[in-house]
Amino acid sequence: MDINQQHRFRKYGLKLAHFLALFIAMSIICLPGLWVVLNSFRPTVEIMAKPPVWIPEKLSLDHYRAMFGAVGEGGVPVVRYFMNSLVISITSTVIAILIGIAGGYAFARYRFRGKSAIFVGFMVTRAVPGVALSLPLFIVFAKVGIIDTHFGLILAYVAMNVPFSIWLIDGFFRQVPRELAEAAEIDGCTRWQAFWKVEFPVAKAGIASAAIFAFLTSWNEYALASQLTRSVFSKTMPVGLLDFTSEFTINWGGMCALAVLMIIPALILTFIVQKHLISGLTFGGIKG
Amino acid sequence: MASVSLSKIVKRYGKIEVVHGIDLDIAHNEFVVLVGPSGCGKSTTLRMIAGLEELSSGDIHIGEQRVNDLPPRDRNISMVFQNYALYPHMTVAENLGFSLKIANRPEAEIDKAVAEAAEILSLGELLERRPAELSGGQRQRVAMGRAIVRHPDVFLFDEPLSNLDAKLRAQMRIEIKKLHQRIKTTIVYVTHDQVEAMTLADRIVIMRDGHIEQQGTPLQVFENPANTFVATFIGSPPMNLLPATISGDARHIQLEDGTPLPVPERLQSGVTAGQSVIFGFRADNLMPEGHGLTLGSQTASFDLLINLSEPLGTETVLFGEIAGREIQAKMLNPRPVSMGETLRCQLDMSRAHLFDANTQLSLG
Repeated sequence: MDINQQHRFRKYGLKLAHFLALFIAMSIICLPGLWVVLNSFRPTVEIMAKPPVWIPEKLSLDHYRAMFGAVGEGGVPVVRYFMNSLVISITSTVIAILIGIAGGYAFARYRFRGKSAIFVGFMVTRAVPGVALSLPLFIVFAKVGIIDTHFGLILAYVAMNVPFSIWLIDGFFRQVPRELAEAAEIDGCTRWQAFWKVEFPVAKAGIASAAIFAFLTSWNEYALASQLTRSVFSKTMPVGLLDFTSEFTINWGGMCALAVLMIIPALILTFIVQKHLISGLTFGGIKG
Repeated sequence: MASVSLSKIVKRYGKIEVVHGIDLDIAHNEFVVLVGPSGCGKSTTLRMIAGLEELSSGDIHIGEQRVNDLPPRDRNISMVFQNYALYPHMTVAENLGFSLKIANRPEAEIDKAVAEAAEILSLGELLERRPAELSGGQRQRVAMGRAIVRHPDVFLFDEPLSNLDAKLRAQMRIEIKKLHQRIKTTIVYVTHDQVEAMTLADRIVIMRDGHIEQQGTPLQVFENPANTFVATFIGSPPMNLLPATISGDARHIQLEDGTPLPVPERLQSGVTAGQSVIFGFRADNLMPEGHGLTLGSQTASFDLLINLSEPLGTETVLFGEIAGREIQAKMLNPRPVSMGETLRCQLDMSRAHLFDANTQLSLG
């Protein structure tokens, strides 16, 4: 075998190994999700079957029908939960991102006393698990009287998302060369205009990705929400999943159906923004 | 259309002073180049004129107006940045028209101004592209176009050519010079490249460590450098400098190995016997016999042992030793030179320089 052929074989071999590794990794990531979707469409008997039924025999919308049905017959206030989740997630994301833009910009552009200490402090807050916070937060919220309100949960999520948003957005503003804003100021902008007309649009893609992170964190959060919400007035979808558990049984099919409803908006949002992320910006204003 | 005047401007960052009270008057339509090694304060000075850095003390006037406290947008200046700073999210046309759009000028006027700038810099075909889709030279032209669109009083250039390759740099240098002839505006140009400074400037301002070392026309600073720093900074190859002493009769310069050379006639009144000096001459004034220019009235001859030669086509730069120090000479109408060859060279003493060994200042 000549050396060229050897190289070629090795190249193909590596490529194959690469694909195989990717396939295994993707399977591990995607299979649980697929299983959830699959389970939402098949009868409980099949879900519970041992050994597992890999190829479903019959698919139906029974679980969805029941879920949207009357409360006594396995129904849950889906629309209500959905709206709660939506209001809480969107509001907290918008607030967190606005603060994140201001904070991230300040960290990226200005020097001030205690800057790195504050920055480390932000990161440390991220190290505390939500569950550990839930009891203290519950006590404080209970005293203030904002348990079981949208406001309470929004407050908690804003606090949770702000450090991470600042950290992410700081990174994106750092990539925007200072000279862009300076050029804009020389071109006649005020400091404020230079930010909104030049720096913000250039960092927009990064800010959008920070927004996705913040939204998904709020949308999927369970530990805090399960403690801070009590009733249909404020329960979010992850908490709503618990409605399918009763003392002795768990309605897996129903739970999966609700989970699917939960995944869909997150998927749609990610796709919309992702397209924007890729299509939009290539940093070309400076020497490439 | 305006003059620029700096008086005693100082810039401090905390306790560190980087610009030490510079005075500089730039006439209307003048092309002034600030040149110096990196860290000499030239960019800081430019940024203070632009209003991007605050002055620690001193005054800047543009035209009749004191602009110390005016933000950049009110100074009617344009600036071309080293990295171009084009707005990546806008097309070339939007980049060019941005300043007019901010000023709320009517659409038709913006279009006309953009078209005009595009024509001057031949950007016509690129108007709908984004900066990311342009080559380095094209980005450079867009950056210049953005600057000329608003008809500023003063143009500021901050090392605009340093990101381009050598060939393109030479080409853009010519374009900048043509642009200045065409639009007739005061230009302040910062560079660390002495060739750019020499070729572009009406007046060169040589800076070091936050001070102005010398200013004058390119030929003035080339022919009469005020000190050893300017002598080595301006001109390529740099001026040869050799430590020496003035002989007891004040008629000769004695190099370190005792070689006597006549003191140039025009410098005879400026030296005293026994003085420590630095003897300077340019490679262009030390040439092998038969490969040089017409010499001046006063000459000296050397045998030069050649260590290295750099053929450049029209001339060859020769590296040799005089009094144990490496020096450079030039050979016109070159012939191949082999290493270790000894050439009889003639030094044009009438064009040589003497500097005081202590102050480094010119004695001429």
